[in-house]
Amino acid sequence: MISSGDRVFPPLPRRRFVEVLLGGGFLATVVAFVYPVLRYLVPPRASDLGSDSVVAGHVGELKPNSGKIFRFGNRPGLLIRTASGEYRAMSATCTHLSCTVQYRDDLRQVWCACHNGKYDLNGRNIAGPPPRPLEGFEVQVRGDEIFVRRRREA
Amino acid sequence: MSPLRNVRNWLDQRLEWDDLIAPLRKKTVPLHRLSYWYFLGGITLFLFVIQVLTGILLLLYYRPGANEAFESVQYIMTQVQFGWLIRSIHSWSANLMIFTAFAHMFSVLFLKAYRKPRELTWVSGVILLFLVMGFGFSGYLLPWNTLAFFATKVGTEITGQVPIIGKPMMIFLRGGEEVTGATLSRFFGFHVAVLPGLATLLILLHVLLVQRLGISIPPKLEAQWTANPSAKREMKFFPNFMLREMMAWYVALGVLGALAALFPWNLGVKADPFVSAPAGIKPEWYFLFMFQTLKLIPPKVWFIDGEVLGVLVFGLVGLLWLLLPFFESDHPSRTKRWITGLAVFALAYVAGMSVYGYLAK
Repeated sequence: MISSGDRVFPPLPRRRFVEVLLGGGFLATVVAFVYPVLRYLVPPRASDLGSDSVVAGHVGELKPNSGKIFRFGNRPGLLIRTASGEYRAMSATCTHLSCTVQYRDDLRQVWCACHNGKYDLNGRNIAGPPPRPLEGFEVQVRGDEIFVRRRREA
Repeated sequence: MSPLRNVRNWLDQRLEWDDLIAPLRKKTVPLHRLSYWYFLGGITLFLFVIQVLTGILLLLYYRPGANEAFESVQYIMTQVQFGWLIRSIHSWSANLMIFTAFAHMFSVLFLKAYRKPRELTWVSGVILLFLVMGFGFSGYLLPWNTLAFFATKVGTEITGQVPIIGKPMMIFLRGGEEVTGATLSRFFGFHVAVLPGLATLLILLHVLLVQRLGISIPPKLEAQWTANPSAKREMKFFPNFMLREMMAWYVALGVLGALAALFPWNLGVKADPFVSAPAGIKPEWYFLFMFQTLKLIPPKVWFIDGEVLGVLVFGLVGLLWLLLPFFESDHPSRTKRWITGLAVFALAYVAGMSVYGYLAK
């Protein structure tokens, strides 16, 4: 025991001290090199292309009872013209396993080819594996252009 | 028994681990005042491992192709977190590795470690040096910037100077008559697949040979130690030398991290085939001595073109360099002095020409 004045310190063996110093230094180095690598592995956030509103198509482009895929940011959207001539727009990403859905004019439904999921024209999941409805978008016809935008949160 | 010991025993019963590392335990490293030079090969190997690791990381974001390569490197440098650091480490480590490989080669030369029975170790080492320069040359093009574009143009053009096989070789390297996106695709393939494969095989052979033949002792010392075995001094390779080597790696890592953090590598300007070469354009420092030599040779020597002569001479020197151990005497006390003289001359030439090339306008 080493005593200093009247306080008594427990012995710190020299070997143990060196071990802690070396081990700590080594650990710090590993952290200093591994941390940037881990951060590097995380892909930077992709910039969302464009605003919340896109031109999905032009009037007259779609016959009644047909649909088309359009680009909504980085994801596909589905624009449908119903048999009665009304426009509907929704996300085209199936809520089951993210395949891109399509409009089936024979069924008058939205259909996913991957696992036979079906949605109605409001995007509600009605048959097959999809767990949730497709996200619906707002459609506005302005002049010749059909604008689609995300629904405002209520 | 501690759990760690249990795992060790479990593995040992299946892998016979102890037998595997037995040669490492038996291996010794001769101790003398020049023992420090034995670290260089290991440091080069360490830097190679760094290259492989950072190279794999860069592959996660890099895209080859004339329209994408520059932008993807720019993306790595500006958008990806610590991307600038990873790329700078890759570039700095490449340069340090070439430097340590050269230093390792000259130390082997001056300590006469290439003598019988280590001829094949030398040959594999010199081929590895050529591969490392190939890595440097092919990797330099990948960011697709102006300097890289012209360096590749000139470098492949020089290959084209070789009589008969030069032109087809140049077209093979370029993937066509000109340096284009096709060249970039090829160089990418060489850099990330062909060269790493070859280098890994050769490194294995090189290290296995060192392992098999033991570490060379300088001839004078070898003669003394044979005459007086009690004067012999050595250190166990494992763990004594290995720990020292790891300390050298640690220092190398520190130097590398500091260089990369303080002097991040430039990206330059995107290559444009229809822009003039910038003034003062030069190759990387490890090609400077050849570049400067080619600049100094007159355009016509007797009836041969200067460039052709230069390329042929360098090719011949390279071949003789590869075969150098076969000119050496088998006997440690009768080593050829002219080889040492040649080594001094070569070192002075490479160093002198590099400095001259660096300073020349």
